[in-house]
Amino acid sequence: MLSTVNTLQIKRLLLTFSLVVVGALGTALWAQHDHDHSGEDHSGHDHAQHDDHSGHDHSGHDGHDHHDDHSGHDHSGADHSGHDHGSHDGGSHGGHAANACGHHHDPSIFDAGGTAFHHIADANVYSIGPFSIPLPCIVYAPNHEGWSFFLSSAFKIHGAHGDGSQSVGPYVLNGGTVMRVKDGQGFPKTEGNVQLASDPHDHIFSHNEEDGLAYMSFNGKCYELERKSTADFGLFGGGITSFYDFSLTKNVVAMLLVSLFLMLMFFSIARAYRDRDGQAPSGLQGFIEPIFVFIQDEVAKPFLGHYWERYLPFLMSIFFFILGLNLFGQIPFFGGANATGNLALTMALAVIAALVVNFSGNKHYWEHIFWMPGVPAWVKTILTPVELLGVFIKPLTLMLRLFANITAGHMVMVIFVGLIFVFGGTQGANPPASLGAAAASTILTLFMMAIELLVAFLQAFVFTILTASYLSAAKEEAHH
Amino acid sequence: MTGSIAALGMGLAVIGAGIGIGTIGAKAMEAIARQPEAVGDIRSNMILVAALVEGAALIAIVIAFLVA
Repeated sequence: MLSTVNTLQIKRLLLTFSLVVVGALGTALWAQHDHDHSGEDHSGHDHAQHDDHSGHDHSGHDGHDHHDDHSGHDHSGADHSGHDHGSHDGGSHGGHAANACGHHHDPSIFDAGGTAFHHIADANVYSIGPFSIPLPCIVYAPNHEGWSFFLSSAFKIHGAHGDGSQSVGPYVLNGGTVMRVKDGQGFPKTEGNVQLASDPHDHIFSHNEEDGLAYMSFNGKCYELERKSTADFGLFGGGITSFYDFSLTKNVVAMLLVSLFLMLMFFSIARAYRDRDGQAPSGLQGFIEPIFVFIQDEVAKPFLGHYWERYLPFLMSIFFFILGLNLFGQIPFFGGANATGNLALTMALAVIAALVVNFSGNKHYWEHIFWMPGVPAWVKTILTPVELLGVFIKPLTLMLRLFANITAGHMVMVIFVGLIFVFGGTQGANPPASLGAAAASTILTLFMMAIELLVAFLQAFVFTILTASYLSAAKEEAHH
Repeated sequence: MTGSIAALGMGLAVIGAGIGIGTIGAKAMEAIARQPEAVGDIRSNMILVAALVEGAALIAIVIAFLVA
């Protein structure tokens, strides 16, 4: 068993691994996609609510009623400006009156969907509990400022939501994401850092459900914000905007940390195989060897036949990279970087897998796609388009499967924690209900984390085994 | 009542995938009971086929998201 995992293999693995990381990093940086947008239709800026609660006596409501009430008043098609905010302005939420954009923010309403999407999204700041680690922002606005480099601490982040209380040129930080104030609105862009909010509780950023745009209120005026350019051709509501974001975001930092950790780990394991030749594995070596041998014997050898050694480094890189990121995102109280739950990163991995598969394809593989042998000509006219579609659908499902599984896991955990605020109300409105929900959600979250630990391994394994099966199809010899 | 018909389609797709994965699981259990020594092969093939079924449901869910 030991001889099968030799130093040369580990070195090849490291080389391929670094290529995968560089490829993934490059593609993901370009395609960085913020899922805030597609998710925020669920946000709870529900205006009718305020009319019902004009007395602002939230202590009298029990949390559950409140929630039901909320879902019953879904004015998704309503015009925001038409609502009467008068009763609200004089209410107990003095600092949270309607802002210049006509958007309300009521801190007593818990927005479960919005919170979940905020927590699984990528961010330009790494928040660990109450601490914010600033990350370098590298933004490029062609035809405007060109390149800008700064740390996200320049936004003077206040609160736990990643809202910046200062602007940096035309850039502002909205919910942890860099956005650019749209041109032609008279925002003082050239004045460097502008103080946006004096009171840290001011709600300056808002999201409009009808037009799907983000807004900022500043000095009694409403400004439209632009999100960073995305490579989704507008499918998810993104597209090319006035600036590109090449920042080292939370996911990129997680990816770099995991890559660094895996490289150090594999170098030390490779050294152990050299130094302890012929002896039983020990320590880290003993932990990794069964996993390595499992992928080698269950995935590489049965699927790839006598090509298995050539593709082993690639398969191992994919497996350990995904596994490392899945597990890294699961460390509690450590920022919860949802890197493998980011469509851009899984797309980068799927594109790499697709390139390897299609460039490895022999002539039988292409023959089976373009002119399936052994079937009548009229069937071929149907089969060829289907097979051609299959070439693209295979990486598409690889991308979606990993993304959906990891995102769903993270989201369920956030929602379980959110149950505390759904039942107990925000700001400690109903302490007994909060405590009960906290006890229940602790158990549910722990149970979910145990399942997610399994999913972390399973999804890394599934990605690897599917890539291996596509590779084996590309490498298959003729047998007709 | 609010929401879109896409949500309904998403639910239908999940029913299909659920039946599919359930059948795979049931048959794999039967196979393991019949031939316990082949548990390794059965397990990896079970996961592979379940992943393929899941792929169809995922495409449906994404299309539902795009339409919604």
